[in-house]
Amino acid sequence: MRILVCVKRIPMVGGRIVLTPDGGQIDTSMLGFTVSPHEECAVEEAVRIVEAVRAKGGSGEVTVLTLGPPEAADQLRDAVALGASKCVLLETDREWGPIATAEAIAQEARERGPFDLLLFGNEAADSGDFQVGIRVAHLLDLPVVTGIKGLALEPSGSAGSLAGSLPRASARREYRGVEESFELGLPAVVTVKEGINLPRYPSLPGRMRAKKAVIDSLALGWQGEALSTESLRVPTVERRRAELLGRGAEAVPALVALLESLGLLS
Amino acid sequence: MIGAGIVGNGLAYHLARLGLRDLILVDKGPLPNPGGSTGHASNFIFPIDYSKMMTDLTFDSTAQYKEMGVFIESGGIEVARLPEREVEFARRVSVAKAWGIPAEIIDPQEVARLVPYLDPSVIRAGLHFPTVGVVDSLRAGTIMRERAQATGALEVRANTEVLGIDVNPATRRVERVRTTNGDIETDMVAICCGVWSPRVAELAGAHIALTPIVHQMISVGPIPLFADTVGEIAYPIVRDVDANMYERQHGGDIEVGSYAHRPIIVSPGEIPSNEEASLSPTELPFTQDDFDPQLAEALELMPDLLGDEGVGIRYAINGLISMTPDGHPVLGESPEVRGLWSVAASWIKEGPGIARALAEWMVEGRSELDVHEADIARFYPFQQTRQHVRARASESFNKMYGIVHPAEQWSLEREIRLSPMFAAEKELGAFFYQTAGWERPHWYESNAPLLDRYGDRVMPRSAEWESRWWSPLVNAEHLAMRDGCGLVDLSAFVELDVTGKGALSTLQLLSVAQLDVPVGRVVYTSWLDGAGGFKADLTVMRLGVDHFRVVTGGAHGMADKQWILDHLPTDGSAHLSDLTSAWTTIGLWGPRSRDVLASVTDDDVSAEGFGFATCREIETSGLSTLASRISYVGELGWELYLPIEQGARLWRTLFEAGQVHGLVPVGIGVYGTTGRLEKAYRSYGNELTPEYNLVEAGMARPKVKLQEFIGKEAYLAQRESDPAALCCTLTVDDHRSPSTGELRYMLGGEPIVTLSGERIVDAKGRPSYVTSAGSAPSVGVHVLLAYLPPDLAVEGTRLSVVYMNELFGVTVAVVGARPLFDPENERVRA
Amino acid sequence: MTQVLVLVEHDADGLIDSSRRAVTFARGLAVANANSKVAVCVIGEVPTGGAELASAIGRQAAEYGVASLHVVPFTGYAPLAWARALGQLADSLSADAVVAAGTDRGSEVMAHLGAITGEEMVANCFAVSRSGTHEWHLTRQRWGGSLIEEAWLEAGRALLTVATDAIPPASVVEPVAAPLELELEAYEPQLADGDTSVVATESPEQAGGVSLASARVVVSGGRGVGGVEGFSVIEQLAAYFGGAVGVSRAVTSLGWRPHSEQVGQTGTRVTPDLYMACGISGAIQHLAGCQSAKTMIAINTDGDAPIMARADYAVIGDVNEVLPALLEVLRARG
Repeated sequence: MRILVCVKRIPMVGGRIVLTPDGGQIDTSMLGFTVSPHEECAVEEAVRIVEAVRAKGGSGEVTVLTLGPPEAADQLRDAVALGASKCVLLETDREWGPIATAEAIAQEARERGPFDLLLFGNEAADSGDFQVGIRVAHLLDLPVVTGIKGLALEPSGSAGSLAGSLPRASARREYRGVEESFELGLPAVVTVKEGINLPRYPSLPGRMRAKKAVIDSLALGWQGEALSTESLRVPTVERRRAELLGRGAEAVPALVALLESLGLLS
Repeated sequence: MIGAGIVGNGLAYHLARLGLRDLILVDKGPLPNPGGSTGHASNFIFPIDYSKMMTDLTFDSTAQYKEMGVFIESGGIEVARLPEREVEFARRVSVAKAWGIPAEIIDPQEVARLVPYLDPSVIRAGLHFPTVGVVDSLRAGTIMRERAQATGALEVRANTEVLGIDVNPATRRVERVRTTNGDIETDMVAICCGVWSPRVAELAGAHIALTPIVHQMISVGPIPLFADTVGEIAYPIVRDVDANMYERQHGGDIEVGSYAHRPIIVSPGEIPSNEEASLSPTELPFTQDDFDPQLAEALELMPDLLGDEGVGIRYAINGLISMTPDGHPVLGESPEVRGLWSVAASWIKEGPGIARALAEWMVEGRSELDVHEADIARFYPFQQTRQHVRARASESFNKMYGIVHPAEQWSLEREIRLSPMFAAEKELGAFFYQTAGWERPHWYESNAPLLDRYGDRVMPRSAEWESRWWSPLVNAEHLAMRDGCGLVDLSAFVELDVTGKGALSTLQLLSVAQLDVPVGRVVYTSWLDGAGGFKADLTVMRLGVDHFRVVTGGAHGMADKQWILDHLPTDGSAHLSDLTSAWTTIGLWGPRSRDVLASVTDDDVSAEGFGFATCREIETSGLSTLASRISYVGELGWELYLPIEQGARLWRTLFEAGQVHGLVPVGIGVYGTTGRLEKAYRSYGNELTPEYNLVEAGMARPKVKLQEFIGKEAYLAQRESDPAALCCTLTVDDHRSPSTGELRYMLGGEPIVTLSGERIVDAKGRPSYVTSAGSAPSVGVHVLLAYLPPDLAVEGTRLSVVYMNELFGVTVAVVGARPLFDPENERVRA
Repeated sequence: MTQVLVLVEHDADGLIDSSRRAVTFARGLAVANANSKVAVCVIGEVPTGGAELASAIGRQAAEYGVASLHVVPFTGYAPLAWARALGQLADSLSADAVVAAGTDRGSEVMAHLGAITGEEMVANCFAVSRSGTHEWHLTRQRWGGSLIEEAWLEAGRALLTVATDAIPPASVVEPVAAPLELELEAYEPQLADGDTSVVATESPEQAGGVSLASARVVVSGGRGVGGVEGFSVIEQLAAYFGGAVGVSRAVTSLGWRPHSEQVGQTGTRVTPDLYMACGISGAIQHLAGCQSAKTMIAINTDGDAPIMARADYAVIGDVNEVLPALLEVLRARG
């Protein structure tokens, strides 16, 4: 079972974002870096799947890949601390858009593959494009489901199939109060949403393994894109305050009405 | 009060308790956790510190935390990996005894019994402090704040940022604080802002000498062993001191903190706001690389707990804490802006105690606990520069759990203040100590031939610890000075001229001694605080009817200067000039000093012509010099004052002239320790502190002057009652270590105990400990000064001193100020 | 520009709220660009869903200034098929812009469309203008709206999703001289074989396990609950929703509840649809554990507690008063 998980290095911003003096980028001088919450769950899901395969006597490995600056190796090592085995860093000198990113990833997937499963986060917390997983699937001619909150792999074919027959995937998500499930054969692309699992935290031994992990690096050249950023700005926000439903027990009717509107009451 | 961390909340409570009304507490963050260091503190308290002040503040804080019900006693253990640390444990357990803190050295198996997840094979020993505990500091802050609010005295404005502090240019007093929620008219502002303090002080044009610095910590869990624990902590806290780390249980997690990483300084201006920070302004993103070496060490100490693959690092920060140049808090009214109080650089373990002390200081003029070591007025301008503060913080950071010798010198930021004799001293092989920024020779390698001359009289030391930062040359110089003459560089003196019609009355008010003396007289006097405790110990020369020169030591010079400034008459009839950088001083003492001086001056320096405790201008080989005949080493001699640019020449002149008279250069090892110990001269900060008084120190004169002075009432009362302790000179009977037979020499701070090893505490609850220690080469003994309760303060009484956890026999040689050497002071009056 | 095509979604009552916002956005784009027209695409079984539903959608479309209403008959949801159909309809209408609300489905379909055609798809826009046949100026959200980006797109046709929280739904001010109810025009797409290989099977939502990590509803108690006894009503409320009980760190430190229930940075991070924070002040470490909740309701006596800035709704009051009252009302409903 070979799984490719793709992640993107993003700054850990607080409630208010600060831009550099020229307004061109986020000022990251006092910020740490991580990957988006959906991607954390994707890495966790990949590791869990491989652990399950190994528990049944099979073999598997997780390769984690990122497009980003050299420092993005930190995010790859974070994934190794959680259980990924291989790291690929496609070095870029600026943020790439979804089309170019997908092409680069698909290219690597072809070269390093075949992969049984390609996992992505549903969308990156910063750019929120929603597209990379889907575009990669198209480029590799693979089925794709997105926003998945539950993923199960079952062996395909009849009981007693020889080792080597690939499992099918059963993926579920919820949309507007309804559960949608999808069946697809592997290899496939799945983008997951936070909540599909509770990501583990790295153990100390895991962290120490991560330090020694070898990062396979490749520098990519910028090709030019149709979408370009002109400027960034931080919107002025009034101080958020919760909508007051009422005081004391007198607030209960409003509370019940709210719960109803949220669809939580039968 | 600006800042609602542990200190701001505590100050609000104590001020309200002392009766102040009309209090406002503001913080730019939300409550209860505005996002400062209190919010992420590791919250454990080890009661022991080498500083008595910090120990006392911690003790008081602990009592307050207990009263609030937020203290859980968990116990704490320092563990030794290296042999040097075991030696340090012996030193530490002795200090614990001095301050009355329960402590015992235990073996690795016992450590493992108390902390089952620790691997005993990694350590050599443990130092167990059973009274260590953890506190809920956020809760304590909330309780104190709410108590103050309940009295109706306190208004709280959270989410309110201070934009400016207005200072009246004429009076240099605070008059207004401008915030995002309106202006506050006030003439009393307390800055309790922790890491933000320098920035807030800057708004008023004042300095607070601290820097934010990173301290990394991680939290690992869920720990299966802790799952069944009810509450916050069930196992002792471990300080892995040789690795510069600690580990403590924190609910279901174990928190691992490190002081081992490179010093990471953050400037106050770089700290993100509450909205910008992803966690909080003082919980900065974790830099993994800096912590990695510590992972290995922690794993080694607690392999099963931390090596469990199912246990994850679920919290990791570069936490911000405050550090100051000397490690002590910055407390008191700013010398630069009146009405602006600094309550900064406090850690959780001292927070409530500091809050109480400051409240007392603000309301009553003086705190019950002696915090003079943390006085904001202590800083020289160079010590408050960003570079200096950062350099000191960087250098001390990795020493948090270090083995720091009491005489250890800084390596960074040296050669800041150089006396005119510096070049000459280097040529003489001076070994320099730094005091108040000055490079001062502690001894001179060029005096090596003296070792042959004096042989064993130099009291050589073989044990490593007391030989560090010391040389038998100190004692050799001492003996040579008492035989012939010594030349001492005293440039670090602080000279403060007080002039004007009101100069006399100003200094009369501050001084115990009579100052209305003839022009040309030198007065040695103490200054007291309002409660009759010691504020300063210095000399005053009357240079003219309306002209006095106050001379005090470099270590406390700035605080003494502030005391004068605080008491100058408001009508402008007296004026203070700080002439420290205008004058240099050279000391010339010894039985042959008159011969030396006479050879370079035509003026009359005979016994009849130049009496003791007088001063006058003389001409020394073409230089106009103010000669003052006094002596802190108990010898015939003079302090010679002249303009700083001429000092080198006078030094050279005296040095050359003195060769035929047995003159040697003499360092501060003699001037500060050996000389005065033989003469039982007390020293400010050692024997003379606000905790003790003139009667106890054995310095009460037969009469008290008629004029009013600060502390007079208290002093008169002290004279009428029996002292609770008396300052004594003790000598060591037997230096041989009971275990190794090696000769050991105490350095100061050790507890004095009974022959059976019991603590000695006086009626005021003050423990007996060595306030000063050193060689007395002329008398051939090792001298310890200590306060003893009256029943033990009897000459001939046999007691013990605890050094490196062993008992050494001592005898009370003198009760009071009678010198061991030349008790009739014949030499001084020669 | 001739046409802006908007993909809309509907429920039993007609167009859903986010689709109305998307149409509002599209209308703004059309009006500002030589008065192009807005065409709407519905994919589903509307004609057979009942004449009432068709009528409702037709009316709403008219209210929102839509010029033409197209229906692609399709059963269920298959993202690639939807995208294929949408793309073909857009081609047939010569639409210059194709727009959908940035919902999960809208984003998914538009992403597929961009992948099919190789065009850029720009997500989370809330303002757009055209400066030339191949130049679009877009204003879009990053970081969920905490950062705004002004961008240039070089493309003949713009594929966009809309950040609907930034666009209030607005019907047209004056009714256009047009029908008050639009007719649905059917459109038959040419689907490829594999287009329906990934298709959703729908079923009513199941209550997941009641583990804290996966619970849909978390009722969480803090110091304000007052003591161990106070958690009884919290447990009952959680059980009512088929959810889980969470606690703040203070509660575990005080020994009232076990560590396993702790929500926060060093506890469990939860992602429920509803998080009720009862007597919790909102320490940073706690909020880190529940900030992904879809909706947060805070019940606290302190109106200035930090949680009040993070919660969506609040009740200022004592937990021990409010929760029992709430439980009583809920039980009475049956």
